[in-house]
Formats: sequence, structure tokens, C-alpha cells
Amino acid sequence: MAVATVRPRSFSDNIAQAAGLDARLLAMLGILVLIWLGFDFLTSGIFLTARNLFNLSLQVSVVGIMACGMVLVIVARQIDLSVGSQLGFIGVFGALLQTEILPIADPNTWWLACIAMIVVGTIIGVVQGVLVAYAGIPSFVVTLGGLLFFRNAAYQINEGRTISPLNETFQLLGGGINGSIGATWSWVFGIAAIAGVVLVVLRGRQRRRGHGVAQRTPLTDAITIGVWSALIIAFVMTMNAYQQPKTGIAMGIPIPVLILIGVALAMSVIAKKHRFGRHVFAMGGSPESAELAGIDTRLLTVKVLALMGFLCGLASIVITARLNAGASATGTMTELNVIAAAVIGGTSLAGGIGTIYGGILGALIMQSLESGMILMGVPTPMQKMVLAVVLILAVWIDMAYRRRQAT
Amino acid sequence: MSTAPLVAFSGISKTFGGVHAVENVSLDLNPGEVLGLLGHNGAGKSTLIKILSGVYPPDAGEIRLSGSPVNIRSTRDAKALGIETIYQNLALSENLDSVANLFLGREITNRFGFMDDEAMEEAARTSLDRMKLRLPSLSKLVASLSGGQRQAVAIARAVHFNARVLIMDEPTAALGPEETAKVGALIRELASQGIGIILISHDIHDVFDLADRLAVMRHGKVVGTTRTADVSKDEVLAMIIAGTLPAGMARRDH
Ligand SMILES: Nc1ncnc2c1ncn2[C@@H]1O[C@H](COP(=O)(O)OP(=O)(O)O)[C@@H](O)[C@H]1O
Ligand SMILES: [Mg+2]
Repeated sequence: MAVATVRPRSFSDNIAQAAGLDARLLAMLGILVLIWLGFDFLTSGIFLTARNLFNLSLQVSVVGIMACGMVLVIVARQIDLSVGSQLGFIGVFGALLQTEILPIADPNTWWLACIAMIVVGTIIGVVQGVLVAYAGIPSFVVTLGGLLFFRNAAYQINEGRTISPLNETFQLLGGGINGSIGATWSWVFGIAAIAGVVLVVLRGRQRRRGHGVAQRTPLTDAITIGVWSALIIAFVMTMNAYQQPKTGIAMGIPIPVLILIGVALAMSVIAKKHRFGRHVFAMGGSPESAELAGIDTRLLTVKVLALMGFLCGLASIVITARLNAGASATGTMTELNVIAAAVIGGTSLAGGIGTIYGGILGALIMQSLESGMILMGVPTPMQKMVLAVVLILAVWIDMAYRRRQAT
Repeated sequence: MSTAPLVAFSGISKTFGGVHAVENVSLDLNPGEVLGLLGHNGAGKSTLIKILSGVYPPDAGEIRLSGSPVNIRSTRDAKALGIETIYQNLALSENLDSVANLFLGREITNRFGFMDDEAMEEAARTSLDRMKLRLPSLSKLVASLSGGQRQAVAIARAVHFNARVLIMDEPTAALGPEETAKVGALIRELASQGIGIILISHDIHDVFDLADRLAVMRHGKVVGTTRTADVSKDEVLAMIIAGTLPAGMARRDH
């Protein structure tokens, strides 16, 4: 008779599956822990201080936000080299908007500027996407043009000035002295996050029961909740342990990090649970098969690059607010960090393979290396040379790992 | 015949840079009929059916569905008209699992586009069970499936969505004898439900027992069509190899 059964999962599968973790992710987390412990040792305990971890989380948010989009772009077999230039251009645009067009001190200025910046990013993405998908120009070429165009457009529109200061509410989005949510709200956030994890786990059980699909063991679910709760509590405690230098008030979670967490969650859900994400992976795995399955691959390509532009707009808000300035050079070479984060995070340049959490971990690994080397006083050129070697090593190890998996 | 055929190709031509892949082909498919489309590799079989499934636009000619002319400009159009295709290379996404492939482009979602994975898995399992197709695990990536298992996924994907016309391009190429027999039974059952099936093969033995009618293509043209009951395998082989018609059979029987 008919047999299309779902095999029961083994115990090790259970553990790995517990936090939606796979072996790759665990390996990356392991490497990250090693890097942190290593730098902590080399810097005699400076690396793992609340202050440094707070700054690290702040620094990682801009590249992390963009890496979420870049993962999907690369999964779709495209590339976007223009993201660094977009960051600069949109930043200058947003700064000009606040200082020259909108009343700078008005309470509505900050959100109007934010929306405008995100819209500009999205439009840039749509235009580049149309050139790639409908005019058939390779994305490498289109976005290389974008890199050149928007960097210089950033210089052109502000005539080389650095535009500062910006709207005060807007500045909070960069996570400056007042740009964190404080101890109480951080705990509220932490507790809500744990409640969210519990809810997701219980919902999963319910749905699987409803459809007679293989159930996860209660142990697996307990581990899921345990691991995530521990991580969330540790994170909140760390952010609260860092205090405002003058007042001694606990900082709590910086707003950019909240934005990153929100983007990461949304993008993970889109990648895994939304039709759009499914189609992007299908298209990246095999464009012909996706087309034959009836997917409009051209429109999909435009959407992917538009989403990348949207996230560039968001990231630009964060960096411009943090610098409290629109400067034409902002984001120079950031495209390389973003692409490297995605690739270190296991996104395959051949398309069809990648994860959002991988991209964020990749960004975290890159930023940790950079920040650790700065603390150690490694000269800047040397830092970049090390990062270059790490990038190549990471891809090499990843390829070897995949080859072993395949056999 | 009084009722219009389910699919009627008339005067279909397609060239690829000077190669006449399909040349002035006219062919009918009736509801509930299994039409065997035979011919050597390169005869133009795949190209002809890809025109019906919306992969290529024809250079010339017309397709009618139940009597009315249709303009199929994409695979989406074809699916919307109830034309489902199992392609020769299966056209699966190796980096996705079986369920994802089965529902690719037609996922079960809520109104915001979020997928219901459990519902799709359940539907896939029911569907495969009903077709008596065998898969070890639905959550395995297609890349790790055997040839026969992939074929099962491709067949399930075409049959699941209630096709009116089912095109199968060499559907049993990677299957063992037992699996081939199952697919054969499935094909007869689907035909008995009124679905029109075009069954393509370069091997006469694959289709002789299944098809109600046979059409033979050679160098892009239809050599002839015949009821399977009226010919022997040798006569069909002569049509495939030499393009010669059995004695007493008119060129083009409609
Ligand atoms: N996409 C294409 N581009 C160029 N030539 C093609 C293409 N598809 C098919 N052909 C050519 O058209 C002819 C018919 O091919 P095909 O329809 O695949 O035959 P069959 O399926 O009967 O083996 C062959 O000569 C083949 O090389
Ligand atoms: Mg063929």
C-alpha cells in the first residue's frame, strides 16, 4: 500500500532541531564563542566587558540589517554591490531633508525623514531590479554602476559638506547616549521575547497535532525554550550592565539593536514561512524550474532587490542617526562587509542556499574580529588583511563541509 | 466526432535558429484519451508539448482547447487552463524538499501569503498515498532523492492539481518495473476520469499497452496517427525509424 511516511527523528536531530539549530549554526556559534574568549584573553579581559559588548552590538546592527537582505539577494543568484553607496546617498538625502526642507526641531520631522529615506532606498532597489530582471543586464554590472552612481550622487547633492546636527528624536535611532531603552524596558522586552518563544513552540505543537504531522518530543521543546530563554536573559543583563558614563543609569538595549532584531525576525519568517521566500529559494536553486513551476521570476527579482533597497534605507537611518550627520563617504566599502557577512554565514554564491541567522552571525563574527583587533591595537591595514584571510578561510571550510554533507 | 477535441494543435511550427524543431504539426487529443507521442530523440516531441505548456510561443499555428482558441504565453497561463506537465528533466528544485516542490508556485497560504507547512505536508502525503507513489520522507531535499523518487514527486505535482490535460514527457524513464506498472495504472485511472493525457516516449514498449492512440513524429513532422488497436509494434517501429506508414493507412487520419 501507499507509504509516504515521515520518519521519526533521532535524538541528535531533536537537539539540533530544538532551537531551529542545525549543525552548521552550532559550529558558527562555537567559532564566535572561541573568538570572544580568545580576544578576552588577549585583551586581558577588556573584550568581554558590558561596555565592549554593548558597542559591539551597536556596531553590528548596520551591517546586520543589510546582511539580512544580502542573504536573499545572493540566494536569488544575484548580487548587490551598491549597498554601501546607497547607505551614503540615502543618509545625505535624509540629512538634507531634515536640515533644509523640513523644520529641524518639529516633532514630525524624524518619522517623515525616516519614511522618505526608506522610500528612496526602495525606489533605488526597484530601478536596479528592473534593469536586472527586464533589461537583462547582470546584477553585477547594474549594481557596480549603482555603487559608482550613488556614491558620487552623495557627493554631488551636498556639495561635499557634512550635514550636522540632525533632528534630536532622529538621533535616538542611532543608539547614542539616550538611544537605548533603559533597564526596565529591556526586561520587559526580554520577558516578552521569552513569552514569544513559548508561544511559538506551543503553536507548533498544536498545528502539528491538528494535521497529524510527526510531533516533536516534549524534551526537544523544553530545550528550545530553555536555550532561548538563557540567551535572552544573558543579553538583557549584559545591555543593562553598561551604564551611562556620567549618570550611571543602566543603558539597556540600544534602539538599533532592537531594529536589527526586528528585521532579523521578520526576514527569517519571510524567508522560511512566506511564499515569497520559498520562491526566492526555488529561483536561486534553479531559475528554469522555478519558471516552469509558474513563478514570475522577473518580478520576483525586482522584489528581492527592492527589499534590499528598503533595508539599505533602514540601515542608513541607523548609521546617519548614530553619526548625527549626513556625510557623503558614509558606508564606503560597507558592501564588502555585508557580502562577506552573508558569505561567512553560509550563503552560497551559486544561489539557493543561505539563512538569515547565518548572515547575522557572519556579521557578528566579522565585527567581533574587527573590534577585538582594535582593542589589541592592531593597525587598520593589518585588520583588513586578517578579515580578508578569514573570509577566504570561511568559504573554504564551508565548501569542504558541504562536500562532506553531500556524500 | 461531434464534440470538439480537448486539445487541437493545428499547423504548429517552431524553429530554433534554423532548426525546424516542429514543422506544421496538427494533432488532436480527446478527453479521457491516452495519446502516445513517439519518435526518436530530436524528433520534436518535447518542443511540441512545451508549446502547449507555455514554455515556448509557437512561430506559427493555433491551439484550441475544447474548441476555443487559446493564447498560452507562459507556464502560468497553461496551468490556469488546467494543462499540467511533467517535463523530461522533471524541473524540480533540488534545494527544496518534496512538499515544497509539489506546491511550488501554488503554496497553501493564508491571505497574507504565509504558508501553512503542515497543511501542505498533509495534503502531499494524502496525494502520494492516493497515487500509490512511495517516498521515504517528505522533508528530505530533492537533491538527496533517487531518480525514481524524484519522478514520483514530479508526477504527484502534476496530478495533484486536478488537470484537464496531463503531459508526461518520458515519465517512467527513471523508474523500475514495479514503479512503472504503478504509474501505468495511475495513467489509466486518470484517463478514466476524463483527463486527456499525452504520453511521450522514444520507446514504443513504454506506451503500446497504455495508449489509446499513437502519434509518431520524425524530423519535426507528424508521420501519422493511428489507433493502437489497429497496428502492430513492428508497424509503429517502421513509422518511427523510416517514416513509412502501414499499408492502407492514410497520411494524417483526421
Ligand atoms: N531550446 C532549444 N534551443 C535550440 N534547439 C532546440 C531547443 N530545444 C530543442 N531543440 C532542437 O529541436 C529539435 C527537437 O528537439 P526535442 O523537441 O527536444 O526532441 P525530442 O523531445 O523529440 O527528443 C532537436 O534538433 C533539438 O536539438
Ligand atoms: Mg524530449
